[in-house]
Amino acid sequence: MDLEINGKTYEYDGDPEQPLLWVLRDSIGLTGTKYGCGIGQCGACTVHVDGVARRSCMTPVGKVAGRSVTTIEGLSEDGGHPVQRAWLDEDVVQCGYCQGGQIMAVASLLAQVPSPTDEQIDELHTNLCRCGTYYRIRRAIHLAAEYMKEKS
Amino acid sequence: MVRLKLSRREFLTVSVTAVGGVMFGMGPAWLRAAEDASELNVFVTVEPDGATVIGVSQPDMGQGMYTTMSMLVAEELDADWTRVTTKQLPLMLKRDPEGKLAWAWVGQGAGGSTSVVELFGPLREFGARARRQLLLAAADSWDVPVDELGTEPGVVIHTATGRRAPFGDLASRAAVVPAPEEAPPLKSPEDFRLIGKDFEPKATHEVVTGAAGYGVDVRQAGMRYAVIARCPWFDGRLIGFDDTETRKVDGVLDVVEIPGPPPGEPYSTMAPGVAVVASSTWAAMKGRDALSIQWDEGPFRNETTASFDAACQSALDAGDGQVVQEVGDFDAAMAAAATTLTARYRQPYVHHATLEPQNCFAHVQEDRCLVIGPLQMPASASRLVATLTGLDRLAIEVRMTRLGGGFGRRLTSDYVAEAVLVSKATGLPILVQWTREDDMAHDFLRPGGWHEITAGLDDRGRISAWRHRVASPSKYYRRPDEEHWQSEIYTDDAPVGLVDNVRYEYFDMGSGAWRGSWRAPAHTANAFAMESLLDELAHEIGQDPLQLRLALLGEPRVLPYSNHGGPNWNPGRLAKVLQVAAEKAGWGRKLPEGEGMGIAGHFTFGGYVAWVAHVSVSPGGELRVRRLVGAADCGLAVNPKGVRDQMEGGACDALSTALGQELSIDGGRHRETNFHEYRMMRIVDAPPEIEVHIVQGADEPSGMGEPPVPPLAPAVCNAIFAATGRRIRHLPVGDSLARK
Ligand code: FES
Ligand code: FES
Repeated sequence: MDLEINGKTYEYDGDPEQPLLWVLRDSIGLTGTKYGCGIGQCGACTVHVDGVARRSCMTPVGKVAGRSVTTIEGLSEDGGHPVQRAWLDEDVVQCGYCQGGQIMAVASLLAQVPSPTDEQIDELHTNLCRCGTYYRIRRAIHLAAEYMKEKS
Repeated sequence: MVRLKLSRREFLTVSVTAVGGVMFGMGPAWLRAAEDASELNVFVTVEPDGATVIGVSQPDMGQGMYTTMSMLVAEELDADWTRVTTKQLPLMLKRDPEGKLAWAWVGQGAGGSTSVVELFGPLREFGARARRQLLLAAADSWDVPVDELGTEPGVVIHTATGRRAPFGDLASRAAVVPAPEEAPPLKSPEDFRLIGKDFEPKATHEVVTGAAGYGVDVRQAGMRYAVIARCPWFDGRLIGFDDTETRKVDGVLDVVEIPGPPPGEPYSTMAPGVAVVASSTWAAMKGRDALSIQWDEGPFRNETTASFDAACQSALDAGDGQVVQEVGDFDAAMAAAATTLTARYRQPYVHHATLEPQNCFAHVQEDRCLVIGPLQMPASASRLVATLTGLDRLAIEVRMTRLGGGFGRRLTSDYVAEAVLVSKATGLPILVQWTREDDMAHDFLRPGGWHEITAGLDDRGRISAWRHRVASPSKYYRRPDEEHWQSEIYTDDAPVGLVDNVRYEYFDMGSGAWRGSWRAPAHTANAFAMESLLDELAHEIGQDPLQLRLALLGEPRVLPYSNHGGPNWNPGRLAKVLQVAAEKAGWGRKLPEGEGMGIAGHFTFGGYVAWVAHVSVSPGGELRVRRLVGAADCGLAVNPKGVRDQMEGGACDALSTALGQELSIDGGRHRETNFHEYRMMRIVDAPPEIEVHIVQGADEPSGMGEPPVPPLAPAVCNAIFAATGRRIRHLPVGDSLARK
């Protein structure tokens, strides 16, 4: 089957049940997508499939054949996506392990809800951060929403 | 197998090996020091265009080492911060002239909030030496006395002639100037350009673009993946296993038995197990699923959380603990007390649950070994590797990746031992990957336990007697080079020195659970009990909880302190952070029904932190932490942004733990298996407002990794009491508010 990842096409002939997460990390070498739980709880493995956030640990690679997958490495050229910029400007990162997944989840959230309220953030953003950067994540989401508006 | 389609040029950048591994031609930019870069010392490299690479000797687990450590070097170097990048240095050891092993440059490791304390002087000296070399190079090329030269960020200047030379122009000459024997004098604090100020942090861009490398991201030529089926029972044993089906799984290459630690001895590995080596993580996991293993469930098979709780309470009931601290005459003071109060508090076992599960890369060869991984203590890892391989310490290369969280879990090197054992048995370069389930099942937990505090007040309302009893297993056990046993209550902790008659009793409980250091170790438990009881006392006698604390702490003075952050402490500094937090939070103002504020403070690891929590509890029992106001005194805050990050993050960590976390024991093993059972806070429960105030109470810095954590849970529970009249004495809070 053909996999389209960050605009490149790969030919895959392995187990279609293998989670996309491990194909990205072990076979393609895109290690920005992280493993945290493997059961859809933490969101560290979040990627976009056709522009929508998906937890790649729960996505059999066979399911994304012929669809377009974006990982954190492919979100922007050199970190210029509004969400990435907001993350840097609000100094969100602590250990950073969750942050690729956070950013991917938020980029997808803002594509659907361009100016989320705090209540919407509470409801829609469910990624875990063990370091507890939530306070700055919330601020960065609001800032990213502004950057997105400026851009459009 | 995966193959990149498209042009040949692109194929070369990602060459996929036949068994699924990947090799990269290039690392992130900072790994590729320019060929003509000049190394002035191990911490400072300057490129011809002035770009300056600062080496960071400490591992980063989210405590801001890349920024804070490089600020110390950059300050004395007088580097242009906008041109500074950082690189992680490996473990650097040497043999001294007597043949003894020593640090090559500085002590390396992360734990106990010590990095900034220990490296504040040495790293600035390395920066100052490098600056001096640049000055000498300029003096040489301009033929002027070196004493006439000075610097501006990134530039050497000669004021008399107006000559200027950027560091980049001088670097190659500076690198060959003989290094000054004596460290040049360091700046006085009023001349600091970077220290104590807010600057853009380093090494975060690579995080938001997915390029940052953690342990799990290590990829080396010919590397294979291993997952291990470990015995889940405390001190359980491997009886036997059948790997016939495993070896049939596509991609599985080998199966290796991993020995457990000898009974009662220090941990090398945590538990015996069976490792499956494969060409990918997925194949290794599938291979492991196909194993059939018989375990001996070990001597603790009947231990449960309920049996542990009951044993702790009976121990307190029996009251025959070991007296580990006795000041004055507690019994006489109690007999004379006008008011007395006793309460018991419960602490659960808690898990580190670093978001990056444990993992490590190792390649053992005949005459050398390479270890790459997320390590808090690279030197103890290297020592363990030497024991396992028989190799000389200097033949073991240890590189540190970023750590996806540490919190004390990665002070231990059991996962390094596993990678080394698998590599040694197979001869292959191996990455051992723990799954989340593996990680939940095996952790060195923060010990659970029960606390009982009895306090007596004299007729003037002053606390005259205090007894703190702790029934808890010790984390100090089965460790190399350390006393076998140590109390979980630290003998100099407050109110020693504040109350005339104090007794601490420790009940050394038996438990099979693996135990270790969890961020601010027993301070989290002890401060909860003490700060809750102080609040209970205040309400009992109708005094303001802040005033009661200020009266207890008294005037600023120096008291001896033998434990974390000693050798002394100053109650006046704790009083100050309590006052600041209270004032900024609007302490004492009238709040609507169902809302309340609570306060708590604690000294540990050299830092003083107070929190005021403002909570609301709905009639249905739904708790919201609306606002946290904190004050921190860590002496000189080298990197104020980093201090704020640690305060905000530490508050959320402590809140997350207090609200929902408990690792329960069920039949001699861990019950919770993953994050659906071990409840970590999400953004919905995180405080929407956190305000942090930095108070500088000393000239020297102290670390902030741990101090923010201990006072947070009692501040929140005291606020719950203020809001509802309900006292939370048992953690985690869980659904206890909703139930009643
Ligand atoms: S790893 Fe996929 S949600 Fe946690
Ligand atoms: S920054 Fe460490 S887990 Fe989020």
